[in-house]
Amino acid sequence: MTTKAMYSPAPPRPISFAFLAQIILIMNSFIMLYPVVVMVFSAFKSTGEIFEHPFALPDFTQVQNFTRVLGETSMPTYFVNSIIVTGTSIVLILVLGTMAGYAVARYESRTNTFILLFFLAGLMLPLKLAVIPLFILLRDLNLLDSRWSLIVTYTAIGLPSAVFIMAGFLRSLPSELEDAARIDGASEPRIMWSVMLPLARPPMAIAAIQNAVPIWNDFFFPLVFIQTDDYKTLPQGLTTFMGEYTTDWGMLFAGLTIAAAPITLLYIALSRQFIQGMTAGAVK
Amino acid sequence: MPVSPKQARTLKHRSWVAFLIVPPVVFMSLFVVYPILSAFAYAFYEWQGLARGEFVGLENFREVLFGPTMAPVVWNAFLHNVYALVALMIIQNGGGFLLAWLLYKEPFGFRFHRLAVFVPVVLSTIIVGFLWKLFLNPNFGIVNQALYALGLDSWAKPWLGDSSTALGALILANAWHFIGFPTLVYLAGMQRIPSEIIEAARLDGTNEWQLLTNVIWPLVAPSTTILFTLLFIGAFNWFEIPYVMAGLDGSPFGSTDVLGLVFYRTAFGNQSASIQNFGQGSALATVIFLFIVVFASMLTLWLRRREIQF
Repeated sequence: MTTKAMYSPAPPRPISFAFLAQIILIMNSFIMLYPVVVMVFSAFKSTGEIFEHPFALPDFTQVQNFTRVLGETSMPTYFVNSIIVTGTSIVLILVLGTMAGYAVARYESRTNTFILLFFLAGLMLPLKLAVIPLFILLRDLNLLDSRWSLIVTYTAIGLPSAVFIMAGFLRSLPSELEDAARIDGASEPRIMWSVMLPLARPPMAIAAIQNAVPIWNDFFFPLVFIQTDDYKTLPQGLTTFMGEYTTDWGMLFAGLTIAAAPITLLYIALSRQFIQGMTAGAVK
Repeated sequence: MPVSPKQARTLKHRSWVAFLIVPPVVFMSLFVVYPILSAFAYAFYEWQGLARGEFVGLENFREVLFGPTMAPVVWNAFLHNVYALVALMIIQNGGGFLLAWLLYKEPFGFRFHRLAVFVPVVLSTIIVGFLWKLFLNPNFGIVNQALYALGLDSWAKPWLGDSSTALGALILANAWHFIGFPTLVYLAGMQRIPSEIIEAARLDGTNEWQLLTNVIWPLVAPSTTILFTLLFIGAFNWFEIPYVMAGLDGSPFGSTDVLGLVFYRTAFGNQSASIQNFGQGSALATVIFLFIVVFASMLTLWLRRREIQF
């Protein structure tokens, strides 16, 4: 739908509507991006420069804040932990979500409705409010204060949405595909693995992005479950880091920039998939 | 379905389906269903640290809602959650609707503006909180620096240190973080409106304002329903921004205290000094949970009624 076709019957106005809209949009984009730009610029400045010339362009060859963050602090450890925790959780969510979604979508059974309702309940209930029993359960399982405490929690939170995304997609695939493979004598696991799943990559990507961003960014569960510095993820480690360097603003901005960089760059490269994945729950 | 009944009855087939379905269901039962059911049960017991004590009935609930030490804190925090909800409905969801409407016309730079509005959404709340805490610093933050540069010295304030502005600052930081979400959800809703409807309204001589209020707004009602419900749940679970920007006690003077902080303090307070109270924490979690479920369902049902099918 083009603007021209839709709005041509409108009479011309004294102050151009499009002009006003453009000003508002430019102002809004400025408000959205400028804080991020200041963060990055400040990361290349010394604390004194930040205080005296907060809006000035930095000397981009001054990278000592970055080398100090990466060399002196635990930020690289937090970074690796975030990658391990997010990566393992996503793999588990996709594997378990695809298993349940496939069973519900491709095999008729009286229990299917019950199983879908079971996962629907998991989609609606905020696990955050059950953090006390979860804390005790993880302690009893000897998982507290380990990366696994986060991995199982995130998998549990992300699993229901993955089941619905996968079941919804797998149900839409024509059964001729399966039948043909079955006539050729393929076993059920082989049909699932070699015929159906190769077609299911797009919904897997949606389920992965929808879950990866909140998991990568989560702060609440690490705050409750993790004490040992070696197991902290990036958002939680960032609070430790920010507490250690309170007065060294150059370091603080460099730390924030390093923490924000990977997901921001990934978003800019894959903005369509990010927007689709993150709004998937709210857009029909 | 392609599998014949005879085939379905075979043991081999059944064990294959069970292999697919049992692990996810067991996992969910252990890490979601069991903790949530326990959360209700725990609220009826007295707790000594991590050890469950006697059954005390509704005592924890009474203490949390009406007790002399807990109740004033809880109701004060609840009020702040309500403020945040109302303010964010206007700024975040209302602002998102207006931005979506401007983007809907696909103006010059459409792709850039759409990309920009969603950048803060992908950032961690912790990063957003710290960033704005530094920007709002009374002496060296860019907010006050910009006001000085513009000659508006009298407007400069210790935004987070003044109990009259602190909660507002937190709400604005939250709106900056998330406004891209309602914007793009509304945009998707508007793009689903059949263009014939808009053209028909145009031919009837509808002006821009009437088009927005009488045509577009009613037709994006499904987006409104889901966005307001999500905001409602989010506002009463609000935790990260207040924790990072105002601290665990909701400083200054409890002016930024919210239910999420009260819950965390009650349940995990100070693990080294062991003043944690799992009983009252569970009672508070149960009350918040029931409040959200009851009001969010009512809100959803009420908003659904005004949705139009097309």
